[in-house]
Amino acid sequence: MNADRRATASRTPGTADAGRRAAEVAGEVRDPEMPMLTLADLGVLRGVEVRRDADGSDAVIASITPTYTGCPAMATMRDDLVHRLNDAGFAHVEVRIVLDPPWSSDWISERGRAALRAAGMSAPGPVPKRTGPVPLTLGPPRTAPPCPRCGSAATRLTSEFGATACKALYRCTGCLEPFEHVKEI
Amino acid sequence: MSDEHGSVFDGLLGGDSSQWAFGTDFEDPLSGVDTTTPAGVNPAELAAYCLMLGDDALIMSQRLSEWCSRAPDLEEDIALANMALDLLGQARLLLARAAAADPGVLPALPEGSPVPPEDALAFFRDDRQFRNVRLAEVANGDFAHVVVRLLLFSTARLALLERLRTSRDQVLAAVAAKGVKEVTYHRDWAGRWFLTLARGTEESHRRLLAALDALWPLRGELVAAHPLERALAGAGVGVDPATLGEEVDAVLDQVLAVSGVPRPERGDLAGVGGRTGRDGLHTEALSRLLAEMQVVARAHPGGRW
Repeated sequence: MNADRRATASRTPGTADAGRRAAEVAGEVRDPEMPMLTLADLGVLRGVEVRRDADGSDAVIASITPTYTGCPAMATMRDDLVHRLNDAGFAHVEVRIVLDPPWSSDWISERGRAALRAAGMSAPGPVPKRTGPVPLTLGPPRTAPPCPRCGSAATRLTSEFGATACKALYRCTGCLEPFEHVKEI
Repeated sequence: MSDEHGSVFDGLLGGDSSQWAFGTDFEDPLSGVDTTTPAGVNPAELAAYCLMLGDDALIMSQRLSEWCSRAPDLEEDIALANMALDLLGQARLLLARAAAADPGVLPALPEGSPVPPEDALAFFRDDRQFRNVRLAEVANGDFAHVVVRLLLFSTARLALLERLRTSRDQVLAAVAAKGVKEVTYHRDWAGRWFLTLARGTEESHRRLLAALDALWPLRGELVAAHPLERALAGAGVGVDPATLGEEVDAVLDQVLAVSGVPRPERGDLAGVGGRTGRDGLHTEALSRLLAEMQVVARAHPGGRW
């Protein structure tokens, strides 16, 4: 599914134009930790709606979901959305949190994946579908991502935890460069 | 300094926060989320249950964050900090959910205090009001100690969260759905290190066995049902930890078998008159932990951070 398409405006009578504009502005806001991605590309921006208030002004309601529960960038994302929309002339902006369904790396758009690769980062593979209890993994991960720099498949996990909650650290044993991989969750 | 400008810092707070790299103001972590208590559930009981799960995460997070800058290498330092952050995020939502279900759980604060509900619960409750299991609170030891503690904790928490995903409470179900993804990584990390230390040097093996021996008696509390947990499980909102025992044991036995470490034979740490962490009966370690965690917030009950 294309993340951009999810962030479309509702067409409340008389605010269709405002809705389109608000969705455009919100759709351009970038992730504070991975600025090569917009919040829409990351799948964090879940919706933008415009409501005509009693005083005739347009209020924007934007919905975002955390990638990880403790993601400390949520406040910054909220502030960035509010400021960009304020700058675009929307005085009233409300940012709501959506917890269900939980964010999945599958929601990163194709454009987002290309942007990650262009920045030397490895994009997540598809999240494995499973039923039943979560299996314990004591060995290295079953599939290692290819090196985003040289394309070699010979890469090794350094740590499943990186500089942000959503990334793991790998090293390419071909070109010897370390790289960050966005985890499948 | 004039009266109108009592503090040079006054101008920094409030108004436009765009001057900051990060947002300065508090946000409601449940903004726009439906926090209606499910039909037929006592809000006070739901709140107490959220405190149990939230306090487990909060206290464990605090102990993990004490590791920051002390791990054997940078990768493990980052891993421990990441796991602390995941659990802090879970704690924040769970404590906020407790306050939303029953504002009666909130400790009294000076009128007009800007402290948000989840912070009031974290920083202004006394030790007897915390409902975490005692495994989360005991003082840190060496690296083997944190590996064993995380293995025991995350194995039980993952099994619990997997079931909690079908909770009738929307917030609990959502926290669980995301928490399963997070805690899966925590359990794998702990399991791998357990194996590494068991098969490592004589010294790492010795330390691992010592940590396992010290922490094993605290394991039982993770899979023992408090009456409140049983009641909420019956209402389709919570999970009865007693139903997790077999699954938790299967995972732990798998790790022990692969590592060549025999299952400890130590019994459970007794409570006080049958009461344990879930009842607010803790070890001395929790009081010390809270003293450090709460001191600054308590010194400034009207402060904004």
